[in-house]
Amino acid sequence: MYEFLQFVSSGMTVGAVYALVALGFTLIYNASDVVNFAQGEFVMLGGMTTVFLYDAGTPLWLAAVLAVMITATVGVLLNKLAVEPARGASVVSLIIITIGASIFLRGVAQIVFDKQIHRFPAFTGEDPITVAGAAILPQSLWVLMGGAAIFGVLYLFFTRSVIGKAVLATANNRLAAKLVGINTTAMMTLSFGLSAAVGALAGVLATPITLTSYDVGGGLALKGFAAAMLGSMGVPAGALVGGLLLGLIEAMTAGYISSDYKDAAAFIVILTVLFVMPRGLFGRAVAERV
Amino acid sequence: MLSVKDLRSRYGRIEALHGVDLEVKSGEIVTVVGANGAGKTTLLRCLSGVQPASAGSIVFRGDDVTRVAAHRRVGLGLAQSPEGRQIFTTLSVEDNLRLGAFLHDDPRVEQDMDEAFALFPILRQKRRQLAGGLSGGQQQMLAIARALMTRPSCLLLDEPSLGLAPILVAQVLDVVKSLKSLGVTLLLVEQNAFAALNIADRGYVMETGRITISGEAEELIADPRVREAYLGI
Repeated sequence: MYEFLQFVSSGMTVGAVYALVALGFTLIYNASDVVNFAQGEFVMLGGMTTVFLYDAGTPLWLAAVLAVMITATVGVLLNKLAVEPARGASVVSLIIITIGASIFLRGVAQIVFDKQIHRFPAFTGEDPITVAGAAILPQSLWVLMGGAAIFGVLYLFFTRSVIGKAVLATANNRLAAKLVGINTTAMMTLSFGLSAAVGALAGVLATPITLTSYDVGGGLALKGFAAAMLGSMGVPAGALVGGLLLGLIEAMTAGYISSDYKDAAAFIVILTVLFVMPRGLFGRAVAERV
Repeated sequence: MLSVKDLRSRYGRIEALHGVDLEVKSGEIVTVVGANGAGKTTLLRCLSGVQPASAGSIVFRGDDVTRVAAHRRVGLGLAQSPEGRQIFTTLSVEDNLRLGAFLHDDPRVEQDMDEAFALFPILRQKRRQLAGGLSGGQQQMLAIARALMTRPSCLLLDEPSLGLAPILVAQVLDVVKSLKSLGVTLLLVEQNAFAALNIADRGYVMETGRITISGEAEELIADPRVREAYLGI
């Protein structure tokens, strides 16, 4: 039994990170129909920037805040310099632009930072807490609570604030959004900034457990994308469920079968789900009355 | 209120508007009628700034807005209820209206919403429902109400009667007419020429990207060319 709990806790922790990456995909996809494959790079930048600021003597909390702000700026620049100028290009071209951007960011990170694997200390100690025989790292709780907080804040933002609703309106009908006076370009910029900040936060929360280096972004983007597809691209609740599910499947496979098969098992489940439900778990039939 | 001079616009290499001149005075209902594909919707898209003008000028309340971004024109008081309603289908009726008031953050928004509900009582009943689930007529009402929430001095209406049952056409056009008494200047684009000319003060007939006939609404209804081509008489 304690084994199972152990796998659940590690699966949830990794899953929370996937969920945050998937949420980042969703935020940008909703606002602009772009699938941003540089999403994993935001996680890497969040972790790596914190590491280097911390090593340079910045207090950890300040390093984390600065890392999130710097990454959000990178997200905004990505939109302004690479995506916005290509407005009107096909979705495939836009995806290739984001893949190019991710390679570029990885290259820059290699030069600005280095090629080593890094971590910084956990926020509140490294000693595991024992719950019913399972050892849970305090940082795991930070990841889970932090992830929940991010989802909660964004939920309130999109359902309660006018700006949040304006982002949703832009996603739903850009022409109509312009016609009620919404600056749709600004909403897209906001989405990229938000998405990058969410990615960076995931990096900050997870790095003490998962470690980081300049090249962790690619794998994370792939897992996050898979999680987003599993839960239906564009649905925040789908990102959450898809991410956690992916993390749990991986952890269970690694624990009970072999860690060699964890990626394979995860993708087999995703393929099976998508085969039966092509729109993903939370996909709604697109039915609009005219 | 709105003065358009030699307005041209193109989709790629194809010019859709070949120099349109048009005038809307404060307090008027002006209609642009014409067949499908005459360029009426393109004209309104240019006026709202969601389609670029390649030449000519649009002057709104004394300001040249030809190159002003679409969302800023709304702030100046130029609103549009677009063709095909274009409501926010995934948001509630009430949120659609609140977003109409996106540029306004004051207590008057509640009052505006009450006025919108007074014009279209059915929307009050459905205020918590998703707008995508409304019937065509209700969506049209929502599109007009949402445009009114921007507090326009001039409202552009694109085909408000399109696809509606005859009884709803009459109801929607009645509301359009009543907007005039609320002090809103109206530019109404319609294929349903007879219905539009009936509530309008003046009209323009548009054919293949040009204005071909213009005059008082009664004159146009009496004009044999208009009667034959557009009124089916």
